[in-house]
Amino acid sequence: MQAGSKLNIEGLSKTYKGSGGGENVTALRDVAIEIGAGEFVSIVGPSGCGKSTLFNIIAGLVRPSSGSVLLDGRQPDELLGSVGYMPQRDCLMPWRTVLDNTTLGLELSGVKKKEAQARARAEFERFGLAGVEEHWPAKLSGGMKQRAALLRTFLAGRDVMLLDEPFGALDALTRANMQQWLLDVWQENRKTILFVTHDVEEAIFLSDRVYVMSGRPGRVSLCVDVKLERPRKPEISMSPEFLVLKQKLLRPLEEAAAGGGAFIDDRPTLEEQI
Amino acid sequence: MFARGTKARRVAAAVLPPVLFALFVLAVWQLYVVIGDVKESTLPKPTDIVASMWDNRTMLIENAWVTIKEIALGFAAAILLGVGLAVLIRSSRKVERAIYPWLVVSQMVPIPAIAPLLVIWTGFDMRPKVLVIMLVSFFPIAVNTIDGLRAVEPELMNLLKTLKANAWQRFRKAQLPAALPFMFSGLKVAAALSVIGAVFAEWVGASDGLGYLVLVLNNQTATTDMFAVIVTLALIGISLFLLVTLLERLLLPWYYESRESEGEGLHRDPDDPA
Repeated sequence: MQAGSKLNIEGLSKTYKGSGGGENVTALRDVAIEIGAGEFVSIVGPSGCGKSTLFNIIAGLVRPSSGSVLLDGRQPDELLGSVGYMPQRDCLMPWRTVLDNTTLGLELSGVKKKEAQARARAEFERFGLAGVEEHWPAKLSGGMKQRAALLRTFLAGRDVMLLDEPFGALDALTRANMQQWLLDVWQENRKTILFVTHDVEEAIFLSDRVYVMSGRPGRVSLCVDVKLERPRKPEISMSPEFLVLKQKLLRPLEEAAAGGGAFIDDRPTLEEQI
Repeated sequence: MFARGTKARRVAAAVLPPVLFALFVLAVWQLYVVIGDVKESTLPKPTDIVASMWDNRTMLIENAWVTIKEIALGFAAAILLGVGLAVLIRSSRKVERAIYPWLVVSQMVPIPAIAPLLVIWTGFDMRPKVLVIMLVSFFPIAVNTIDGLRAVEPELMNLLKTLKANAWQRFRKAQLPAALPFMFSGLKVAAALSVIGAVFAEWVGASDGLGYLVLVLNNQTATTDMFAVIVTLALIGISLFLLVTLLERLLLPWYYESRESEGEGLHRDPDDPA
């Protein structure tokens, strides 16, 4: 284990008992992932590769069958609550204003309402939400909802943030803008981020390292360091280095698709988004 | 668009059609009775009903007061029972399995038929009336609140867990507010039922109240006066319904404002073409 490793996942396996005498299902087998402090790491994989199970284990929502999750080199007493978690859907509460949604984490850790709101307000500009503090979430566009959800995760103040396909439901243009914006925000604070996505290009563009997972049972089939210079601009996706990485990462995914385990794109279709 | 008076216009557009329609129906009724020379004991003229209401105003108000008190207590008891059962049923799978079927079965029991029993058990005072009203109107509150408590997104509950919210905080901050719009739907149905319940209860055993008055006047074939009582009962029902709606508007501003703005997209990302 290298020094400065923030999150270290070793030999992680998860088997779900088959219901009603059915066969046991192995969702994860011997998964190992390491993230240094301040690193941006992505996991790419087809649906059903166990990404959600992995996230739920790291967030402390599900207990692994075996293996360990180490934070700062040691096993935390209680994993639940030690890691910031942003689910796939924005999960904003429609009965709270945007401001009161973003302070949720602070509120639950006992920060006084006034102070929590002041701390949240200070970030609204940077998160592209200036002016909508007192609005209901229903009035926001898809991109703004995701930014509000990110701000809520960010303000909860955990060192490690798990982001589960945060841009999966956005259209291509908004998605590209959000990726650039996320990099800018991350650049300023250097939180440790573990990011799940379907999109290989998104993973390369954002990350220091990309893990490819293949399904049934879920395991890491490839790990690639992304040594592209930062700060990155969208044009980088045209560079030869980028394309080489893309090809490298796509191969195991295509093999998985060809070899029985079909590669299914379960991102919502455009119709579903509208 | 008209900048001024748009609100007045909206109110007029909402109120005028039903009022005009009611006036039309009343006019046809009046004409039918006058031209067809219908006996007063069969169908009185609307104008006679209004006159009777004015002449008997003291008696109507005194008896209405009795019935309103019964409805207020019965409705409050129905809310307590309905919401209490809903929370109990949603608190655990086992409790849900044990109670829910019986909740449905309880609605197969014709309450008016057991009303005389309730009188035998509890006496001729307020108690059997409050009980009947409660039994007639708690069901829609319970069922809708149960659905509402189920309506909260599971991802939101998980998110709250990762923010260290305990069971009570998850209930108060997520499940309860998510359930409120559903609960109010149930309250509106219950409001109408509670007036019916009050009339039933008074028919079984009472010495005052509007339901009792209907029974007495019917025996005397004082049809016009009976109609005056029925109109008073209807006014009470309408008032209760409007009161519930007003409360809903005050307590759930987000619910209405979010629905109104749906699809309008007041705040869009400049980069969000959707």
